[in-house]
Amino acid sequence: MIKRQQLVLGNKSLKDVTDDICSLIERMPGQKFLAVFSAALVLFGFYLFVQGSIVAKGMGLMGINNPVGWGTDIVTFVFWVGIGHAGTLISAVLFLFRQKWRTSIARTAEAMTVFAVMTAGLFPLLHTGRPWLAYWLLPYPNQRGPLWVNFRSPLLWDVFAVSTYATVSIVFWYIGMVPDLASVRDRAKNKIRKLAYGALSLGWRGTAKQWNHFEMTYMLLAGLATPLVLSVHSIVSFDFAVANLPGWHTTIFPPYFVAGAIFSGFGMVVTLMVIFREVVPVFKDYITMDHMENMNKVIMTTGLLVGYAYGAEFFIAWYSGSPYEQFAFINRAFGPYWWSYWTMIICNVFIPQIFWFKSMRRNIKVMFVVSIFVNIGMWFERFVITVTSLHRDFIPSSWGMFEFTFYDYGAIFGSFGMFFTLFLLYTRVLPAISICEVKPVLNVGREESHDKAH
Amino acid sequence: MIKLINTLEDALRAPTKKVVAGIWSTEKEWLAAAKKAKQAGFDKIEGISPYPTHEIDEALQIPRSPIPFVTFVAGLAGCAFGTWFTWWTSAVDWPINIGGKPMWSLPAFIPVIFECTILFAALASVGAMLFLGGLPKVDPPVIHPDLTSHKFALFVPEDDKKYDVAKIEALFKELGAEEVKQAEF
Repeated sequence: MIKRQQLVLGNKSLKDVTDDICSLIERMPGQKFLAVFSAALVLFGFYLFVQGSIVAKGMGLMGINNPVGWGTDIVTFVFWVGIGHAGTLISAVLFLFRQKWRTSIARTAEAMTVFAVMTAGLFPLLHTGRPWLAYWLLPYPNQRGPLWVNFRSPLLWDVFAVSTYATVSIVFWYIGMVPDLASVRDRAKNKIRKLAYGALSLGWRGTAKQWNHFEMTYMLLAGLATPLVLSVHSIVSFDFAVANLPGWHTTIFPPYFVAGAIFSGFGMVVTLMVIFREVVPVFKDYITMDHMENMNKVIMTTGLLVGYAYGAEFFIAWYSGSPYEQFAFINRAFGPYWWSYWTMIICNVFIPQIFWFKSMRRNIKVMFVVSIFVNIGMWFERFVITVTSLHRDFIPSSWGMFEFTFYDYGAIFGSFGMFFTLFLLYTRVLPAISICEVKPVLNVGREESHDKAH
Repeated sequence: MIKLINTLEDALRAPTKKVVAGIWSTEKEWLAAAKKAKQAGFDKIEGISPYPTHEIDEALQIPRSPIPFVTFVAGLAGCAFGTWFTWWTSAVDWPINIGGKPMWSLPAFIPVIFECTILFAALASVGAMLFLGGLPKVDPPVIHPDLTSHKFALFVPEDDKKYDVAKIEALFKELGAEEVKQAEF
């Protein structure tokens, strides 16, 4: 029989759990944190400058042109929305499957979802070139008829999908946090902290009746978030798949995008967790090597899935007998953008295969490097899909190339500044591990609890 | 404005009752005590714990939460609203021919209808949870600050039909409570 692994190391008592997790909120940040945070803040400031310039002067600052009308903004939007998906997968899907190991990483993964979706949401609005008219995307009664939005358009489906996803993710994340905020409130010695967390915790008291309703709601939200998360990236893929462009117009897109999203999201979770464990050593007892190994297994599996999708796309292009479809794919791999295609293949398909070896799955340095490559590879996947399909379509006279400008690079790298600023603030303000979810799994795999369980 | 805030605050302030509470430091003893105390016939006895346990629902005979019904009805309402709204805006209020598609093009409306279903169901479930759990509350009295960290409590409020301070205190002590106190809750 396989022995159950301990989910929480170090024989913690209930009080230790509360103390450990709250300690991060209750002490002043150290120099290490301040250094990282200032770096993120500077990058965020740079991002504001870049996007501000684009809003003020216009989209001409970016590399998009004719024929490549969808560039960095769309690529990076899809990239960040995809990142968010792993958070919902960990917090909702693994919850429904009763995967107890998810408890200590669910909160932070969900936070990553919320911040990634916030980062992503800006891109399509800025891509419109006139973000001050963004409210036109909503079907509100207006004085132009009223002229309603076009519900047949995948771009509008996206508005509904991403805004619903953002709302439900924030609600799910916050409701799960309410009991923990009450724990922080009850420990607070400082008046302002008591007031702030008192308000945030909504006056939670932890009575059996409240827990009963809470658990039911949490399960229902998980059940609702699961089809939602699958729908979101499917709908993002419709932005492409519904168009009649070779390279976009394929039925494999929805599952292929969802697999890719989970792949890239787990890459980002591993990146964040490795840093988190280094910066806050006490969390190594909660986010154990087994957690990291499980996530690496998911990365490897979804890496194989996207690899299969890349192959299937090529096969179908050949099998379709359509010369345009065949050209689009040959052009991807061997045309002027061959470097982006092969970067994608190497980062997404080959590099994660190192996780077949257990020693590699459990090696912090290796997984950190691999997770970075996964992130790079998945950005390039969206670049390959978007740009290489657009740059050479049916008429050779209208072929062209996409030219990166300073503002494109600024938008890509700057968005990490926004994401990390939000994420780092979160780790200092809200309980970064779910206190009330970790406590019930404390006994999993512990020797002395073995006979008690029966 | 200040008056409004005060009225709101009063509405959200928990009406407190006198309670007799016992505090336990392990889940096991607390659950055993809850079972016995419930058998003693208290109809309004409640438990407090730092994390959810399913055994307490059985011990205190707390019925299954009715929230799934709310979710289901709200989901249906969201679905109906999405269907009606896409139909009314696209086929009735201002029909516009787009790409020769039918005015009422249901397959194209499914993503929006689906998102409305999920959104309504999720928000209504959370609303129902807050309502049924008596949240939000301003400054609810706390029996013991460790109850959200590592201790467990049982309490009997004054409107219980078998409320008798001395008897309850004796019972809780007998059931192994490490602390028995009278409090407001």
